[in-house]
Amino acid sequence: MKTVGSEKSNKLPQPLWLLAELTYACPLQCPYCSNPVEMANVKKELSTDDWFRVMQQAREMGATQLGFSGGEPLIRKDLELLIAEARRLGFYTNLITSGVGMDENRIKAFKEAGLDHIQVSFQASSEELNNFIAGTDSFQHKLEMARLVKKYGYPMVLCFVLHRRNEEQIRDILELSIVLEADYVELATTQYYGWAYHNREQLLPTRAQLKHAEEVAKEYQEKMKGKMRIFYIIPDYFEDRPKRCMDGWGHVFLTITPDGTALPCHAARQLPGLEFPNVRDKSVEWIWNDSPDFNKFRGLDWMKEPCRSCPEKEKDLGGCRCQAYMITGDARNADPVCSKSPHHNKIVDLVERVGELAGTPAFEAKPIVFRNMKASRKLIKEKETLTV
Amino acid sequence: MKPALNSGSIPEIAPTFRFQWEKAQDCYVILYPEGMVKLSPSAGEILKRCDGASSINNIIEDLNKQFPGNDLEKDVYKFLEEAHENGWIREK
Repeated sequence: MKTVGSEKSNKLPQPLWLLAELTYACPLQCPYCSNPVEMANVKKELSTDDWFRVMQQAREMGATQLGFSGGEPLIRKDLELLIAEARRLGFYTNLITSGVGMDENRIKAFKEAGLDHIQVSFQASSEELNNFIAGTDSFQHKLEMARLVKKYGYPMVLCFVLHRRNEEQIRDILELSIVLEADYVELATTQYYGWAYHNREQLLPTRAQLKHAEEVAKEYQEKMKGKMRIFYIIPDYFEDRPKRCMDGWGHVFLTITPDGTALPCHAARQLPGLEFPNVRDKSVEWIWNDSPDFNKFRGLDWMKEPCRSCPEKEKDLGGCRCQAYMITGDARNADPVCSKSPHHNKIVDLVERVGELAGTPAFEAKPIVFRNMKASRKLIKEKETLTV
Repeated sequence: MKPALNSGSIPEIAPTFRFQWEKAQDCYVILYPEGMVKLSPSAGEILKRCDGASSINNIIEDLNKQFPGNDLEKDVYKFLEEAHENGWIREK
């Protein structure tokens, strides 16, 4: 949550943000999706009643913001019921969607059920690129949905994930957002988890692209002050201090995946040594307060050097555990984005390599792996073959 | 800049924000897409009265009745101007 600060106290923190990943099914195939590449292994989704129970328990623990996400949450036929129950419990309800699977009747029904806000994702400002990245002809439909979201009086967030292929459209992206009367625009530079990690070389922007995007974002932030809030999310591969990931492990965020696994962040499923408590057989209270997983990286005691003796450890909490694991092989290491990490060069080298090769035909010819169940099954198989 | 509020203005919570009591936080909060602002007790008391029926004059009178002995007028205006700038309230 953007404005919630952390307060120092001996009390355990509260799960203020409940992210309900209702399904991994999605009509889009965005190659930067944060869902796990092994998503095809997840079969049985939680029932309506399971979600009712989770929402009630999380609300009792102090959760205020509820995000319905996925995959594509519109695929769930019981979404209207879930929204109504969430609203009855007093949640602020956010629908995070591609817009594909929505129509005017549903937007109206969501409003009647008490939905507070709709976030619509776009893949680009041009129809051609949007449809290529999304892997579906969805651009015209998205435009129509964005207009309807406004017509029904919702506050609207438009989310654009930025990467090498669409970074140059930044000005058009912001102009499109103005035309569609967005209240908030999220310019989210790709973070390299899940599918995005797999497609890193194909997505990583160049320094020149980033500089341009940042300048344009700043210009529009100034120009649209008081009318449209623009969030420009800084890409951490280009930084030398790590981000305060998820505002701390087990500190604010609680993600429940489609099969009921509870995670401190939506990328954490890949970390070794976690037990993955499930809401089918454990209460949210036990999971949040007492489970080994949620306590594993809480606070500062788990840290190794260089974090342990670092004067900035309370500020950044050592950065992201998943990034530390993916790039250094140990989730307790410092996030390699940090220049104090002995692995920092791995990130610098990648950024430089992509900077040199970007735009050259041979490099750009390397195919993007699109996010779909077929590709997921293939990647699972490849991984199994490697470990046998 | 939005037009200045005056004693006859009738403020209400803007439809794109939600104002509610949060038991777990023990305070009133303003909710908006993916965010929350915790309000001080006095801010909560002021916004509670922005019901789309009471004028700012009515609100100040009511607050003076409930919290006698304080000159609240300046503080109420200051906070409401801020809330207006943030888009939390609008004039009916």
